[in-house]
Amino acid sequence: MSSTAATPGKNGRRLNGNLRGWFARQPVWVRIVGVLAVIALAYLLPYTAEIPLIGPQIVTEGIDWPSALFNMSYYVLLALGLNVVVGYAGLLDLGYVGFFAVGAYTVALLTSPDSRLGTEWPWLAAVPFAIAVAMISGLILGWPTLRLRGDYLAIVTLGFAEIIRIVAQSTETLRGDRGFTDIPHPPGQQTDGSALFGVRDATPYYWLGLTVIILVVLGVRNLDRSRVGRSWLAIREDEEAAEIMGVRTIKYKLWAFAIGACIGGLGGVMFAGQQGFMNSGTFVLQFSILVLAGVVMGGSGNIPGAILGGALISYIPDRLRGIQDPIFHTDLFGFRFAIFGAVIILIMIFRPQGLIPSRRRAMELKDREKEAAPS
Amino acid sequence: MSEPHIESPQEMDDANARPVDAPAPTGPAESAPAPTGPAGDALLEMQNVTLRFGGVVALNDVSFVLRKGEIFGLIGPNGAGKTTCFNAMTGVYRPTSGAIRFQGRSIVGRKKHQITRGGIARTFQNVRLFPEMTALENVMVGADAHHKTSVIAALFRLPRFWHEEHEGRRRSLELLEFVGIGKRAGDVARNLSYGEQRRLEIARALATNPTLLCLDEPAAGFNPAEKEDLLQLIRRIRDTGVTILLIEHDMRLVMNVTDRIVVLEFGKKIAEGTPAQVRDDPKVIAAYLGVPSDAA
Repeated sequence: MSSTAATPGKNGRRLNGNLRGWFARQPVWVRIVGVLAVIALAYLLPYTAEIPLIGPQIVTEGIDWPSALFNMSYYVLLALGLNVVVGYAGLLDLGYVGFFAVGAYTVALLTSPDSRLGTEWPWLAAVPFAIAVAMISGLILGWPTLRLRGDYLAIVTLGFAEIIRIVAQSTETLRGDRGFTDIPHPPGQQTDGSALFGVRDATPYYWLGLTVIILVVLGVRNLDRSRVGRSWLAIREDEEAAEIMGVRTIKYKLWAFAIGACIGGLGGVMFAGQQGFMNSGTFVLQFSILVLAGVVMGGSGNIPGAILGGALISYIPDRLRGIQDPIFHTDLFGFRFAIFGAVIILIMIFRPQGLIPSRRRAMELKDREKEAAPS
Repeated sequence: MSEPHIESPQEMDDANARPVDAPAPTGPAESAPAPTGPAGDALLEMQNVTLRFGGVVALNDVSFVLRKGEIFGLIGPNGAGKTTCFNAMTGVYRPTSGAIRFQGRSIVGRKKHQITRGGIARTFQNVRLFPEMTALENVMVGADAHHKTSVIAALFRLPRFWHEEHEGRRRSLELLEFVGIGKRAGDVARNLSYGEQRRLEIARALATNPTLLCLDEPAAGFNPAEKEDLLQLIRRIRDTGVTILLIEHDMRLVMNVTDRIVVLEFGKKIAEGTPAQVRDDPKVIAAYLGVPSDAA
């Protein structure tokens, strides 16, 4: 039912609406085959370089392609999680990196030989704990900020991320700049007995990341198409009216935070498992802003938009690595934020609803009247 | 987009022909007595309700009783405190003093969503839909008020999810038909005409299975034909067993449809009675004609 609502046309939205509308009108089996084909292609992405002519243009130069793909996969996870908080529930969260950090640090503390806990668990055993801790941290952030909206909420969440970073930097247990080394990789062996998740080839990590993304997408989609998603949207559109219509706004806002945190934590878990090393310098504020930019750029409030946005914020800088600019002969990677800024400005001029716009676009970026919720 | 929407007479005839049963909002209201007449039991009691905002007295010692099954009008000049009265009933404002009882139980201090689930639904003076959601989704948000699907059940698509989702959709579609905008179910609320949006708000409120439906100036901005349609709709809702509290400026409409009326002026109740009694009350005439109230 929802997909039949063609987005009537402001500039650029028409084409997309038609494409999606067309897809939604196809018989079920066509849609299933279509989705499976996309998934299969996604799994084949590490072999992009094999494609004649186009392939070499796409793959990154300064960083090996599977690693770049893995980077994209955890950025996509983060974008999906942030999309629940910002896109669906309309809660502007600038401190999303905090949850990523909580997930990664929990894994590090439980698994690394550097950790004071001395548990040295395998990576897989730490995963459920990391997700649970991230979820709890989401509730801890969500609870006191329930009455805030818009800019005020953004400032508090910003503070949250900084608290996490500064705590990581200055407490002995979290080891500051020295960080944690030898965080174990995910389990598994190849047929020749070598570790499936090694340090040479990032392809298995990418496949793992992709699998996690698919599961997360299924979960988020299920929530979106239920009373939970409706409640989130209703809260985003008009919180007071939603409550008067019987929506338990506090409950659903907390769930949005918890689920977003959960997914962000999962991103951190993946990151820690691949890198093997992390320190407090990993979790800078730019990270949160980058992910938010990805969500908005892709199209806030819809899953394909978050995926595209998340992938782009990782892909664009990685693609710039190893390319020299013609004037200064330095690596273009150094200019990544400038180029990135230009790209975002262009997108916002020509497609203000994002690359894949949603009819359920983020209203919270527009509303200025209701920043502080009436108490 | 706020252009008044004129319903075709055809559509209206269909609506009239509908038996009173169809999408009867069921629930506690089922036991409601015969629709008309002041014989019903007390449903909602306002007892000496006073509400101050700083130095401004928005409601001053207002008392009245709504009886089950009636259409009750709340009228008064601009700024008389009608909407404030609504807001006090629906938990938006908390009265400074006085009691509000619904079905015998105090509702002062209860949360807005609790009051809704308890059986009071409302519409807004200035339409407050969820503009980016479809008409159907808007109504389903209302229907969700009585659903019990948990986040876990929704995530894993447990049987309760399927059952409630299906039931909620069916009922929401029925309600959209009932208010006469069944064809717009898949359209985003923002794209509906003004008249359709008002109807959608009523459908959304009905979806919460109210015992008492509060309509805040539902005819504002309507042309005479639309007002007539609305009048029919209000009667049909009442016939399903829902008690209705109506705030309205249009005197003709109020006099036509209500069983009893309370008149507010400057936050005080100045009259109560049947439409005929109220119409002839000198205080009411004074309030509406602008004669200083001390002369009345």
